[in-house]
Amino acid sequence: MITLDHVSKTFESKGRTVRAVDDVSLTIGAGQLHVLIGPSGSGKTTTMRMINRLETPTAGRITVDGRDVLAMDVVELRRSIGYVIQQGGLLPHLTVAENVAMVPRLLGWQRHRRRERAEELLGLVGLPAGQFADRYPRELSGGQQQRVGVARALAADPPIVLMDEPFGAVDPITRKQLQRELRRVQAAVNKTIVFVTHDIGEAFLLGDQIALMADGRLVQNGTPADLLRRPATPFVTAFTGEDRGLRALEYTTLAEVADAAGSVPATDGDTLPGELSILEAGRELARRGETGVDGFWVSDRGGRKTGYLSYRRFAAMLGEALGPAGATAGEADGDALPA
Amino acid sequence: MRFLRENPDEVLLRFGEHVQLVAVTVALGILIGVPLGILVTKVRWLQRPVLLATGVLYTVPSLALFAVLIPYTGIGRGTAVVALVVYSLLVIVRNTVAGIEGVAPLTLDAARGMGMTGGQRLRLVELPLALPVILAGVRLATVATIGTATIAAAIGAGGLGRIIFDGMDRLDSDRIAAGAVPAAALALLADWSLGRLGRAFWHGGESASGGE
Repeated sequence: MITLDHVSKTFESKGRTVRAVDDVSLTIGAGQLHVLIGPSGSGKTTTMRMINRLETPTAGRITVDGRDVLAMDVVELRRSIGYVIQQGGLLPHLTVAENVAMVPRLLGWQRHRRRERAEELLGLVGLPAGQFADRYPRELSGGQQQRVGVARALAADPPIVLMDEPFGAVDPITRKQLQRELRRVQAAVNKTIVFVTHDIGEAFLLGDQIALMADGRLVQNGTPADLLRRPATPFVTAFTGEDRGLRALEYTTLAEVADAAGSVPATDGDTLPGELSILEAGRELARRGETGVDGFWVSDRGGRKTGYLSYRRFAAMLGEALGPAGATAGEADGDALPA
Repeated sequence: MRFLRENPDEVLLRFGEHVQLVAVTVALGILIGVPLGILVTKVRWLQRPVLLATGVLYTVPSLALFAVLIPYTGIGRGTAVVALVVYSLLVIVRNTVAGIEGVAPLTLDAARGMGMTGGQRLRLVELPLALPVILAGVRLATVATIGTATIAAAIGAGGLGRIIFDGMDRLDSDRIAAGAVPAAALALLADWSLGRLGRAFWHGGESASGGE
């Protein structure tokens, strides 16, 4: 578990003080994929980089499993946290296998054990070791490099992985594929993942929890359903709805996507008409507010409950359909490195 | 080619001296220049003064530098080596700096995030990636030294310059050519082989190609 307790980061730029992160408190549960999202300059990347001390907070406290990160040895801390960045950040002079095995090498693993581990992880991210292990990063496509980056972060089996816009530099189709892949990998390894993005579709598709930031402040933290149903401010509504891909959701109805009623245990919860589009359903859910149940029923024209849809799946579908926004995909993130 | 045919032993001897002079100079240039280059990328305030100093020394005409050194290091090979090393430092230091500073910030960020110490970053990331640029500097320094070393014969350092100076004294163009042609050939050979070596270490598109 990671906790941020009233964390701030200020730095001097051209004689004035900039608050990159302003009094952020956040708990990131073990085994959760927690998305930090916000526009450029919102402080999401800086927030993440303070966890492995690539940035030092100017106020507040960050703990990992109860230990204050500032009290830990910085090298040891970083080796216990996987780190994935845009374009993978691969070392161009080392082979794919050597890249993947870098942290184990720093930790002093034997050569053959490193190799074995690298091959195992390449298999996990869908790059057959026989074909890829001995190639150099420049011989790989952007998407393949990104997979190697993920494999490298997992190599020493760290409980926590930080991902800084990991899929920001690949084309939309590859991106979607990598996102699905990450969900599959996460289901297999169950890490605590902090995932920075500015793509709301990506956030909905991947996030167990989403923390929305703006101007260094945490605007809302909650599940995807929370952000949809109980937007804390108009900014949340605008941000979750600004994507043009949203229109695609107007053409899909709940009846088409709900699980058959018999396949899930009966619970309480709202019932929505099956002819509503996913987009309309999202608005309707926001209007009705919290019910305390993990999903809602879908009815036919006669009012009979014919299907059930969990908020998790509902959010994932939104994520699928939203996709990377054309306007924001690949955009350089201004808050990556305060200059 | 008459002189070469009649005195192959002398040409070979001077050629050997020349190669030795250049090899000692470049080896010392690397031993001093590369660590100095690394140092000034880590201790940033040293960078400007060091690059300025090597730059100023580089502009001093070689014959003048030899003359200035003679009272301290005497006549002969020692003086020549000192002066030639001083000349080689500029490109070697400058290219070491360019190579290390050309490593992509993203790559360094990844290295830091993985938990590399400063020493590990230097050894496992910065130096390997800077190597092609450093080698380009060594190549330039080598070629330049082969040329300047001919002048060192004027202060008794031997080498192919000895034959050239003798030829000039006797207005014997054949003798001059017997010194100049092997020197030029040596320079071309060094340039070509070090160029090949540099390409072998090139890993594509990553670091800046400064120096060439």
